[in-house]
Amino acid sequence: MVTEAQVWEALAEVPDPEIPVISVVDLGVVRDVRIEDERVHVEFTPTFLGCPALEPMREQMAERIAQLGAEPEIEVVLDDSWSTDRITPEGREKLRAVGFAPPTPRSDSPTLVQLQSNGFRCPYCGSRDTALENIFGPTPCRSLRYCRDCKQPFEQFKTI
Amino acid sequence: MQERAQLLLEIADDELILGWRDSEWTGIAPFLEEDVAFSSIAQNEIGHARALYELAARDLGTTADELAFDRRPEEYRCCELVELRLPEWERTIARHVLYERADAERLERLKASDDAEVAGLAAKIDREEIYHRLHAEMWHERLKDEPRYVEALEELRPLIDRRDGHTPDLAALWEEMTSVRRSQPVGTVW
Repeated sequence: MVTEAQVWEALAEVPDPEIPVISVVDLGVVRDVRIEDERVHVEFTPTFLGCPALEPMREQMAERIAQLGAEPEIEVVLDDSWSTDRITPEGREKLRAVGFAPPTPRSDSPTLVQLQSNGFRCPYCGSRDTALENIFGPTPCRSLRYCRDCKQPFEQFKTI
Repeated sequence: MQERAQLLLEIADDELILGWRDSEWTGIAPFLEEDVAFSSIAQNEIGHARALYELAARDLGTTADELAFDRRPEEYRCCELVELRLPEWERTIARHVLYERADAERLERLKASDDAEVAGLAAKIDREEIYHRLHAEMWHERLKDEPRYVEALEELRPLIDRRDGHTPDLAALWEEMTSVRRSQPVGTVW
């Protein structure tokens, strides 16, 4: 019989298809793992509801669990229980290392004034002299910013 | 359950049809930032529609895809505001502002619902909509003294409450939106 620890370990190898350096466990989207005999029940929350990575993540999680010899049951939880605050410290570091500025805490719900402020750090040089270029970016979870110091555009993970 | 499904369908239809309309700016928006913005907003709205259809589908014993694409145009419950094809930028922005403001009020009501599933999903959707609202209000600030924009706001405002009938634009969009699905035999697995 598989253990919860084995399942978590297996899920830690399932990458976010759009930001492959980070896993579903780093992202904090796996809410719960329960073992019931041969069945492994996983509760999973989408980051953004329209995220196309949702289905591939779900399939890959099921596949990994099946490889452990268990029967996967992936339940998608459609509520507000996921926040970017759930991205693990390791996950935030991995994001930063590949040029994504990690999200700010949820406690400051985003406003235009805040997004246009210099409270966002460039993931390349660490400068706070950065400007909002576009609230929206290549995927729903990202905004575009520009570092006035190192002259580098970068992607900012949106706070959810 | 039927009553809840009808309410969910109304919102889901708004989001699906508006998502399609917003996606019409992909590739041709007046500048690149807006091309990205409207494409992303469209993707979010259609994602919201999917989650709402899934909840309604459970109540009605059907699937999200069937609700989204297998109904006749006259069965949709969306408001006339989202149906219009608006190739003018100022009218698109006026619709965006009117819709986001009304949607914010609707989401506040749903978040206070006794129905935990509805309230939970509304809270999730609202987190994403914050960014749409910021974008809409940014544009409103920029255009609020432009006569063409002010006129568009006045013209479109009444349409947000109109749900009894449909504009001819919906039928045209429906043809396009469902054409691939209708080209395949009923029951095709996608």
